Amino acid sequence: MSRLNDHNVIVAKEIVARYPKKKSALIPLVHLGQQQNGYVTEEAMRHVAELIDVTPAEVYGTASFYEMFRFEPTGRYLVNICGTLSCALMGADSLMHHAEETLGVKAGSTTSDGLITLQHAECQAACTEAPTLQVNYRHRFRVTPESFDQLVDDLRAGRLDDEIPPHGTLGRNRQQIPADRAVGAEHPDDVTSGPAWIQVAPAEGATTR
Amino acid sequence: MTIESPYHWAPGYYPGDRPEIVTSRFKYDDGHTLERFLATGGYEGLKAALAKPPADVHAEVRSSTLLGRGGAGFPAGVKWGFTPEGVWPRYLVVNGDESEPGTYKDRLLMECDPHQLIEGCLIASYATGLSQCFLYVRGEMPLAHERIATALDEAYAAGYVGRNILGTDFGLDIVLHTGAGAYVVGEETALIESLEGERGMPRLKPPYFPASIGLYGQPTIVNNVETLSNLPFIAREGSAAYTAIGTESSPGTRMIAVSGHVRRPGVYEIVNGSTTFRDLILGDDFAQGIRDGNDLKAFVPGGGSAPWFLPDQLDIPFEGPQAGAAGSMLGSGAVMVMDSTTDIPAAALSLVRFYAHESCGKCVPCREGGTWLYRLVERIVAGHGTDADLQTILDVGQSICPGDMPHASSERLGLDAVPFPYKMTTICFVGPSAFVPIHSAMTLFPEEFAARVTTREPRRTIPVAIDTGSASEPVTAGAGQ
Repeated sequence: MSRLNDHNVIVAKEIVARYPKKKSALIPLVHLGQQQNGYVTEEAMRHVAELIDVTPAEVYGTASFYEMFRFEPTGRYLVNICGTLSCALMGADSLMHHAEETLGVKAGSTTSDGLITLQHAECQAACTEAPTLQVNYRHRFRVTPESFDQLVDDLRAGRLDDEIPPHGTLGRNRQQIPADRAVGAEHPDDVTSGPAWIQVAPAEGATTR
Repeated sequence: MTIESPYHWAPGYYPGDRPEIVTSRFKYDDGHTLERFLATGGYEGLKAALAKPPADVHAEVRSSTLLGRGGAGFPAGVKWGFTPEGVWPRYLVVNGDESEPGTYKDRLLMECDPHQLIEGCLIASYATGLSQCFLYVRGEMPLAHERIATALDEAYAAGYVGRNILGTDFGLDIVLHTGAGAYVVGEETALIESLEGERGMPRLKPPYFPASIGLYGQPTIVNNVETLSNLPFIAREGSAAYTAIGTESSPGTRMIAVSGHVRRPGVYEIVNGSTTFRDLILGDDFAQGIRDGNDLKAFVPGGGSAPWFLPDQLDIPFEGPQAGAAGSMLGSGAVMVMDSTTDIPAAALSLVRFYAHESCGKCVPCREGGTWLYRLVERIVAGHGTDADLQTILDVGQSICPGDMPHASSERLGLDAVPFPYKMTTICFVGPSAFVPIHSAMTLFPEEFAARVTTREPRRTIPVAIDTGSASEPVTAGAGQ
């Protein structure tokens, strides 16, 4: 359950092949694990380590730096309320108080039914639409106490399932690089000359094999 | 051009009668599709570029004086020229990790016109011989992620990306890479560390530019999303058409987000240099003045890291050197407006908390100093601070930014401006950025802090009564011991 499933292993190998060095795929693969399990499990991190030839400690070492990775069970919906300047000016604090009262939890914790995790967040790049929040990183603009209550109702009733996938899923699609169109990622040590279109140009100093 | 509802457009985007270099497709609901892109001049810039030798394309960009839009404002063509000759492979890393407080232009560019960005990546890579491109998108932007993924799939299928682009020997893979939430990764060397699968900590300098040693130790160009989105126009219309807009030192346009206490907060593409802050904040074409008829109290001119401006600075045009001389910077194109009802210490706290929270922990002055600043300001805002805390804030700030801190002039306080930039004891700008907002707030609104703190009693004086019959002199406790 916690390791990447067979389908995701195929996806993971495709992702790894896109990078000149395997470790570059670390963050995308941890995202993949979080998408599968709803949070980042130890088993998934061990599996990622195998896939990119590093130690599990290196995976955890990198992953623990980044805020989007959660290492404990998380609600199906992660509600992040922004509190940076533009949102603070437009009433983010009172929105957070309202959210805490409505959900009956303090920021940083999950409702008892395991559905919603409430968090304080920093700038969400929608400052003109303050105050904002994100549900699984999907924006909600100019949030009022009423629209927040409506949002919670909709989430509980499953009315937003089409729009908001469960926590861990970022894009609902994934880039596909067709094999017959791809240039391919070579290890930097294996590349000794400039790309073809540069060698044709009369650039002096460009090394040729 | 006027619009009825912003929802036909990108949320919060207002065009107006101004040149549109990067936002020309925002008016279409389907501006992110290949079909619309091709119908509106899409990939014409790429075709024009491919008809010329790479060196000529580079020269064209250099003569356009296109300035980087990520915050530092360094000329892109010059930056490209820092790659050492004959060292291969070279990479392009696109900085789409936008998270500066107040800023959101890159998100809109990625969501509304992803093909324009892809075309920019192709032109840059062709001009400088880059063999692979990594498009690093902030993790908290799934819509941008979805649209870029779709656009890349379309572009690969149509032969604009991948092997033998448009039948030439130019080939490029563009890989969409997702971040995972870290403001500091917007710093270009931290971005590279993150792309290598490491903790996103900025690298020691020198080397100052990853153009010499970057991703995997190879020459790497790191460009901002908005910077690259300008390239199709330059390649298509030529550098002369580009420099005809704006001023000589900052040609072209910029996207500016105006947020906070204004009537019409939004994102605007403005002409560089000629638009003033007065136009932006009070002008009918832009934010249309302060909400509820209130007065303007202060504004942040260039993202959360920029020292604050007062109404005194409203007539400064949006141009780097002039903002710098006045004590701040333009940064990433974000204006945050505070009206007369604003609690200044609390406003400063929200920014100090941001930067303290986002410290990566590599440099001690930032890791420790930022946290201390946050605790001190929080205590003052909560009403438990003392006047000694105000001095401690300045002392902690001095350990991050030694010497004079830039700040705006104030006629009310009789203050002269101290020009940008500051000195710093940290590798990147996160550390100083934690001190900037509280320093600006304390310098420009000292009375609000004085009113917020309690004055600590001076050291207790104990009358020492020695029974000599003469009047006793009070002696400070501990003196002379």
